[in-house]
Amino acid sequence: MHAISYAAPTTVADAVSILAEHGANARMLAGGTDLIVQVREKLRDTTVFVDAKHIPDLTQLTVNADGSATLGAAVPCHQIYGDDAIVAQYPALVDACRIIGSTGIQGRASVGGNLCNSGPAGDTIPPLIVHGAVANIAGANGERTLAVEDFCTGPSRNVLGDDELLVSLTLPKPADGSGSHYLRFIPRNEMDIAEVGAGAAVTLDGDTITAARVSIGAVAPTPLFVAAAGEALIGQTAGEAAYEVAANIARDAASPINDMRGTIAHRKHLSFVLTQRALRGAVARARGMEVGHGH
Amino acid sequence: MAETNGNYNVIGTRPVRHDGVDKVTGRAIYGVDAHMPGMLWGQVLRSPHAHARILSIDTSRAEALDGVHAVMTAADIPDPGAGVAEANESGLQSKRYKSASLMARDKVLFEGHPIAAVAATNKHVAEEALALIDVEYELLPVVLDVREAMKPDAPLLLDDLHMDTGGELADQPSNVASRTIHEEGDIEAGFAAADRVFEGEYTMSMVHQGYIEPHNALAYWSADGHLRVECSSQGQFGIRSELADHLQWPISKINVFPSEIGGGFGGKTTIYLEPLAAVLSRKSGRPVKLTMSRSDILRATGPAPGGYAWVKIGITNEGRITAAQAMFAFEAGGYPGSAVGAACLCAFGPYKLTDFRIDGYDVVVNMPKSHAYRAPGAPQGEFAVDSLVDEICEEMGFDRLAFRAMNASEEGDLRANGTRYHCIGNHEVIEAARTSDHWQSAIGSAPGRTRGRGIASGFWMNGGGMSTAVAQLNSDGTVTLREGSVDIGGTRTSVAMQAAETLGIPVEDVDPIVPDTDSIAFTGVTGGSRVTFATGWAAIEAARDLRKKMVDGLADHWDVASDSIVADEDGTFRQNGETVSFKEAAGILDGDDLRLVGSATVVPEGSGNTFAIHIADVDVDLETGKVDVVRYTAIQDAGTAIYPPYVEGQMEGGVAQGIGWALTEEYVYDDEGHMRNVSLLDYRMPTTLDVPMIESIIVEVPNPGHPYGARGVGEVPIVPPLAAITNAIADATGARMRDLPASPPKVQAAIAALDS
Repeated sequence: MHAISYAAPTTVADAVSILAEHGANARMLAGGTDLIVQVREKLRDTTVFVDAKHIPDLTQLTVNADGSATLGAAVPCHQIYGDDAIVAQYPALVDACRIIGSTGIQGRASVGGNLCNSGPAGDTIPPLIVHGAVANIAGANGERTLAVEDFCTGPSRNVLGDDELLVSLTLPKPADGSGSHYLRFIPRNEMDIAEVGAGAAVTLDGDTITAARVSIGAVAPTPLFVAAAGEALIGQTAGEAAYEVAANIARDAASPINDMRGTIAHRKHLSFVLTQRALRGAVARARGMEVGHGH
Repeated sequence: MAETNGNYNVIGTRPVRHDGVDKVTGRAIYGVDAHMPGMLWGQVLRSPHAHARILSIDTSRAEALDGVHAVMTAADIPDPGAGVAEANESGLQSKRYKSASLMARDKVLFEGHPIAAVAATNKHVAEEALALIDVEYELLPVVLDVREAMKPDAPLLLDDLHMDTGGELADQPSNVASRTIHEEGDIEAGFAAADRVFEGEYTMSMVHQGYIEPHNALAYWSADGHLRVECSSQGQFGIRSELADHLQWPISKINVFPSEIGGGFGGKTTIYLEPLAAVLSRKSGRPVKLTMSRSDILRATGPAPGGYAWVKIGITNEGRITAAQAMFAFEAGGYPGSAVGAACLCAFGPYKLTDFRIDGYDVVVNMPKSHAYRAPGAPQGEFAVDSLVDEICEEMGFDRLAFRAMNASEEGDLRANGTRYHCIGNHEVIEAARTSDHWQSAIGSAPGRTRGRGIASGFWMNGGGMSTAVAQLNSDGTVTLREGSVDIGGTRTSVAMQAAETLGIPVEDVDPIVPDTDSIAFTGVTGGSRVTFATGWAAIEAARDLRKKMVDGLADHWDVASDSIVADEDGTFRQNGETVSFKEAAGILDGDDLRLVGSATVVPEGSGNTFAIHIADVDVDLETGKVDVVRYTAIQDAGTAIYPPYVEGQMEGGVAQGIGWALTEEYVYDDEGHMRNVSLLDYRMPTTLDVPMIESIIVEVPNPGHPYGARGVGEVPIVPPLAAITNAIADATGARMRDLPASPPKVQAAIAALDS
C-alpha cells in the first residue's frame, strides 16, 4: 500500500528543512484543490504533504505602511475578495478569485497555490502579472524574490527548487488613476477552466494612458506577460483604437495548442477579443466605473 | 375509450413522492452504500490501448500479493459456446461479443476495455495488485470515425463481422455490422414531383448519459450456489438474466436486489461490473464489491452513438413534403449494436410521408460500446431532419409551425416501419406551441449579444412489455404495493396513483416498494418510457383484483351474494343500504382473518406514440461564439398526465441534457484512441447556470390504449433540443451548425466564415 506522510511545520525554516530532506517527494499543501486531485489521479507522485496553513507568514494578508500588499502563499480566494482594501486596489486579482471553481473551492484554494501549480490556464496568474506582483521565495540557501512573470517555466513547472517554497506575494500599490480587470472565456458559465484568460492594468492621466500591463493565459506553455501590448498603450488616448493595437499584439504573442478545451484558431482569436475587453474594463475602473466580474 | 382527465380523484394531482423525503435528506440507500460483513473490494484492470491484440496475461505476481483473495480474467467467464462463431447470425454473434465486451478475450477494442480484475482486503491493495498484472499487447491501428471505418481498406475490429442486410450476410468481413432499409412508395416519383429538393449532411459526437451515481455491484456467491447481487440498475430482472447468460448459472439461484438509482437514462439497462463481482466472489468465497470511477465511466461505459447523417427532402412551392430520404451511419463502439435502427424509425416521425427511403448503418469503431441513452437514436435523427426542415422554411419563407401543421403525421398515416399511426397528439402539440406565451412573445434582445429563436419537433415510439404488481391489503386499510419497476423518475408514485385511483383511496395510503427478483414476478426494464404505462396498468389490474377479493370477503361477512355489493369510486362498499369505508372494510376483513392480496402480470400493447415541440431562444456572442440558452419552452403530449410534476420533471431533464448535447458535450480522442476529457471538468455537462427556467406545457391527448389514457413521457423531451438550439443559432447569426456539439470554436468559425 502507498504510504503518505503529513507534516505541519509552524515556521518557514522548518518547512524548508522538511522539503530539503524529502526532495521531489515532498510538496507544500495549501487548499489541496489541485494537489490532492493530482496525487489521487496519479499525475503527481507526492508522498510527503507539508501543510502550509500553520505557518503565519503563509497565511497572512496585510496592507503594508507603504500601501503595498503582502499576500501569504496559502491565503484562500475568499479571504481576498472579502477584504475591502484588497478589493479596492487589486480588482483584476479579485475578478480571478471570484470565478475560480465554486464557492466551496474558493474557501480552500489559494492564490499562491494557483501560482505554484503553474498551469498555463491558472486564473490568478495574469492578474498577479498585471499588478506587478513579486514572489517571495525561501529555500535552503536563503531567500530570493522574483517577478511573477518569471516564475512559471512550463506547464506545471516553475523556478522553485526542491528545497524551496513560495512564502508570499508582494503587490505594489497602484498609482492614482489606475484600474484593472481580468476575464476569461469558458464554454459554460461556471465550474470550468479558461480556454483563454486576459488581464489588463492601466493608469490614466485624464484620457491618456500613462502605464499599462497586459497578460494572457492558456495560450502558451506559461501565462504570458505581453509587455509590448502594454508599452504600445503608453501615451495613447484610452479608447477602441488603442485597445485594438494592444489586442493585435496579444494575439500575435499567443502560441496556443489544440486540445479538449479549445483550438489554436479560436484561442488566437479570443486572445484579441479578451484583451480588448480586459482593457475596456480596466479603463472603466480607472475612471471609477463599476465593472462586473465575469467570464 | 379512455376517460378524459378532470374526472379523477388521484390522477392528475401533485402529491409528495413516496421516496422524496428519504432522498432529499440523504437517507436513501444507493448501490454504492451497500456493504456486507467480510466484504472484499475489487478493482478492474483496463486496457490503456484502443485497439490491440492481447499476447499474454500473467497474473501470478498479483495473486502472490498479501491481501489479494482472487484474480480473474476472461478465462474465468464461461465460454459463450463453441457452436456460436460459425453460426454468425446477429443474435448468437452478439452474445459472444457481449461476453468479450465484459472482459477482453483476445483483443481489446476500446480504451478502458476490461482485461482482469482483483478482489482484495481493501481498495488500495486491489489497486496495487493491478499494477502487478503483466499484459503483453500487440498494438493495432485504430478507427475512430464511421466513414473511415466503412471504407474497404479500413483496419478491421472484428474479423468475423459480415454486414447483415435483412438477414443476408456480406461475403467479406467489414466494420459495418448491419444495414437496415425502410422504404415505402416511390421516392423517384416523389422527388420528381417536388418544386425544390434540399439536402444536408450532419455529424455528431458521442455523448454520455451523465448519470451522477457511478456503476456499482456487490455480489455474494454463497457455498450452496446462490448468487446474491445488489446493484443500481434500471431493472433487476435484466441484470438477473444477463448474469444467468454470462455465468451459465440457473436463474433460480440468482437473486438481484435493486438499490436506489442515482440516474441511468438508459445507461444502466446493461451490465458491466456484476458478472465480475460474481466471479471474484465465487473464487474468493467472500462478498465482493466493485465501483467505477468517473474516468472508467466515461472511457468504458455505453454512450449514445455519434456519427454521420445525410437527409434529402422534396418540397412543393406550397410547402408540402413530396418525398424524403435519409442515411444514418452510427458509431456502435467496439461491438455491434448502436441505436441507428431507432434513428431510422423516428427521424421523420413528426412528418406525413408517403414516399421515403431510410438507410441505417451500424458501424464498429475503437470507442466504447454505445448503449441506450434516452430515446436512443431519435435525437441524432431528429437533429438532422429538423435542421433541414428549418433550412427549408427559411429558404422558402414558410412559417415554421404552419409548415409542421401542413405536414404533420396523423392517425392512419404511414410510419417508417410500415405500420400506421393510431391516435396521436401531433396536431394538438403544434397548436399548443402556436398559442404558447413563448411563441407569441417578441424575441427581445440583450446588450452585446445577438438573439435568435429556434424550434424543433420530436417523436418517440414508447414501449409496453411485461410488468407485475402486487397489492396487499393491510388491516388498517392501507395498501402495500409491490411493483417490479426500478423507480428512476418518480414512477413509484405514478404507479401507486393508478392503484389508489382504482381502489378509491388516497395515494398516501398506498406504500409502493420495488422488491428483489425473488419477491415479485418478472417485470421488464425501466426504459422505453414504459413504466407509468405498463407497470401502472399492472397496478390497476392488481388493485381491481384486490377490490374483487374484498367484495367477495365482504359478501361472506354479510352473507350476501358478491354481485349485490357495489364498490364505489370513492372506495366505499355498499349493500342493501349499508355503506362501509375502505378502511372499515379492511378492518372487517382482518377480523375475519382474511389477509387479501391482489396481483397482476400484464403485457400491454398500445403504448401510444408521443410528440413534442420545443422553442429555444439563444443569445450568441458574435465575437467569441458563446451561446447561452435564455428562454426555453417544451410542449409535449403526455396522454393523460398521471403525475404532472414528474411529467414536467422529465421534460425539464430532457431539455437540460439536450442543451449539453447541443452545445458542449463531446468525446475528445487523440489519434491513438485515448479519450482526453475523462472528467466532468472537461466532459462538459451543463451546470445550473447553463440551463434557463424551462416552461413546460403538457398537452393531454389520452391514449385509448391505456385504462387512464397514459402515454410514456420520459424520452421524447430529449429529441427536439439539439435542432431547436442549433436552429436558434442559425436564426441569430445565419450560421447553420451541422456538426455537434455547436461549441464556441465552431460557432465562432462559422460566423467568421459568413463574413468572409
